[in-house]
Amino acid sequence: MSLIDLIVEPLQYDFMVRAILVTVVAAVVCALLSCWLVLVGWSLMGDAVSHAVLPGVVLAYVVGAPFALGALVFGVLAVVLIGVVRGTSRIKEDAAIGIVFTTLFALGLVLVSVTPSQTDLSHIIFGNILGVSTAEIVQIGVLAAIALAVLILKRRDLTLFAFDPTHARAIGLSPRMLGALLLGLLAVVSVVALQVVGVVLVVALLIIPGATAHLLTDRFSRMLILAPVISSLCSLVGIYLSYWLDAASGGLVVVVQGVVFGLVYLLAPRHGLLGKARDARRARVGAAVEPDT
Amino acid sequence: MTSQPAHRPAAADTAGDTAAPALEVDGVSVRYGDVVALDGCSLSLARGRVTGLIGMNGSGKSTLFKTVMGVVKPQEGAVRVDGADAQVARAGARIGYVPQTEDVDWTFPVSVRDVVMMGRYAGMGLTRRPRAADHEAVDAALERVGLTALADRQIGRLSGGQRKRTFVARGIAQDASLMLLDEPFAGVDKVSEATIVRLLRDLAADGRTVLVSTHDLHALPELADEAILMLRRALFHGSVADALEPQNLARAFGMEPPRMGGAA
Repeated sequence: MSLIDLIVEPLQYDFMVRAILVTVVAAVVCALLSCWLVLVGWSLMGDAVSHAVLPGVVLAYVVGAPFALGALVFGVLAVVLIGVVRGTSRIKEDAAIGIVFTTLFALGLVLVSVTPSQTDLSHIIFGNILGVSTAEIVQIGVLAAIALAVLILKRRDLTLFAFDPTHARAIGLSPRMLGALLLGLLAVVSVVALQVVGVVLVVALLIIPGATAHLLTDRFSRMLILAPVISSLCSLVGIYLSYWLDAASGGLVVVVQGVVFGLVYLLAPRHGLLGKARDARRARVGAAVEPDT
Repeated sequence: MTSQPAHRPAAADTAGDTAAPALEVDGVSVRYGDVVALDGCSLSLARGRVTGLIGMNGSGKSTLFKTVMGVVKPQEGAVRVDGADAQVARAGARIGYVPQTEDVDWTFPVSVRDVVMMGRYAGMGLTRRPRAADHEAVDAALERVGLTALADRQIGRLSGGQRKRTFVARGIAQDASLMLLDEPFAGVDKVSEATIVRLLRDLAADGRTVLVSTHDLHALPELADEAILMLRRALFHGSVADALEPQNLARAFGMEPPRMGGAA
């Protein structure tokens, strides 16, 4: 079988075409958001919010509301609770995050177990990219388009917030509003991604692409190109591997992301391990040749 | 480093009362839990002068800056800029700020030009797309601090002095009338320090008000027109020479001045 066949054969199945479409959309939106999350230092917050949306999604399913609405409510609730626990007790932020998100996630699991039609809801936890329905595709498309539009329109403000919130405050902008915007987008994007990899692994799509791109470039505008491109390619490879190996698609998408991050970590020209070792060696040689001026 | 004749004095285009002090801190108290950072701190800065803010770590210098910038809300007191609440000056982007070295993520993927452009955001539209005037202001600011050749360099690949000048350029691009600099000489070599001192003197000559917190007492006579000694409040405000008198410094650094005859 040729390489072309390996790529083309799965495309004769409708479910594979849908899977690829949804995966690329989710990968692009998550990767864009991840560029800001890793630079703000909110990876743990991403982890928390993406897990904490579970009860919201289940309740939305039960009452027939859009998943995104439930996710947003519980995403906001999680952030507020974390802030309250940290701000009003001696508990530090990492512990507050751990307490709040595991409790909400566990509540979600309990709700899944008592809700009829368990088959659908277990897909939320582990992802069900190969069985995604047309209605779900529409929902994912709409949410992704909203998130994409907001991220692109407000990208400079969000970057300022990530880089220097004090300056933002000093020139009359509200870092609190920008932070809230970023967290709201996180909740919405979590809904997009949980269809693909499941709520457990969403955080991988929300952290790894931004981290990989950060090792590859010193320009934020290039990060915003590299992260989605790398993330979509990794996700496509993951989907194909899952087809040919008959293994979990969500899991493979994330494993490929992790492997590519590992390669970049080692081999990136300037910020990779080998690149840094080479620069250090050159600096030593240079220092020996050229006396201090 | 010459000041450009075409540049308008910053004070001329600001709203507000020109007779009022450029910065007036009036009885400001800030407590973090049980820790008192500022205790009824009052001070007043005249326009167009460079003032050194001297005090040890924990004396409230950074808290004072954060209060002026609106990051910290004081439990008591008020901050006024040009006679109006500091919020008015912030909304008009009249307060520029050069952060401490350790408050900046130097691995952040932004170039010198990107950082200077952030000074222009307040005047831009919804998406902060730079217009021709913004690019011109950024180019002029870069030239004024002597970083034109390094404009596209990532900020982590600059020397200590170049890093500070990047943020000074941001304040210039912003056309801030009040510039706050938090320890601008930390990790900066003597040559760069002299460059920054000249730059700040130039900014004051424009009519901008410059407040510099520093440990570096040697730079003070060159740098500042006046000095404030801080220990949770302004203990002393006057000439640099008087501020450097041992008995005044001793108070700011938490020691009783030596007294003859020995007190209880």
